[in-house]
Amino acid sequence: MSLQTPLAKAQGLGSAKQGSHHWWAQRVTAVALVPLTIWLAFSIALIPEASYENVLAWFSSTWNATLAISFLIATFYHAALGMQIVYEDYIHKECAKVTMVVGTQLAMALLAIGSVVAVLKLAVGG
Amino acid sequence: MASTNRPLSPHLQVYRLPLTGLISITHRATGVFLTLGTLLLVCWLMSAAAGAESFASVQSFMSSGFGMLILIGWTFALFFHLCHGVRHLLWDAGSSFEKETMDQYAMIEVGIASVLTFFLWALA
Repeated sequence: MSLQTPLAKAQGLGSAKQGSHHWWAQRVTAVALVPLTIWLAFSIALIPEASYENVLAWFSSTWNATLAISFLIATFYHAALGMQIVYEDYIHKECAKVTMVVGTQLAMALLAIGSVVAVLKLAVGG
Repeated sequence: MASTNRPLSPHLQVYRLPLTGLISITHRATGVFLTLGTLLLVCWLMSAAAGAESFASVQSFMSSGFGMLILIGWTFALFFHLCHGVRHLLWDAGSSFEKETMDQYAMIEVGIASVLTFFLWALA
């Protein structure tokens, strides 16, 4: 048993110095996603007949591909951050919580990379 | 031993959630739903990248009754989450906390999300 007070235990250890990083990352991605989401949703809705040729033609524009990839990266980052908060609020078993947070982060990373590769492939001609 | 059925302090189920509370939990629920829905977007992109045939099969699912229901629900959730997200940014900036405008803002969010969803599907 330690005779140190809780304060003495904590002093000198320092913080991880990233307490506000999650908060900021969620806000910055949110700000980026406001215009990107509206633009992408309406752009895709406006592709004539949503035919394969027209989808391919839409992604062949460098600007469209660039902004679509920006949307995908911001979205999956934002989703991973948001899901983490939900798990932390409702799952109280440490092991299950860490498993879900890390599992979701890996899944989001995989989906982000997969969808970016798909857009790049479409951008250079399918 | 302490009795297990001692009275507990009032919790969520004993009072009606104010509109702000209802909107708040909906924001979280739509966030989870949108995360699951990204799978659909990834499927759509992957199928297009794989070629015309796979794109056609995903597209036929999307344009089926069930597919359309999910897509319309997903886009409404998307626009609602976006609108309430903007309100969160306003709150972060320290504004729009007035009690009188709380419910008004909530109605505006739902209204704008509905209008955006309507126009999106009217144009599609």
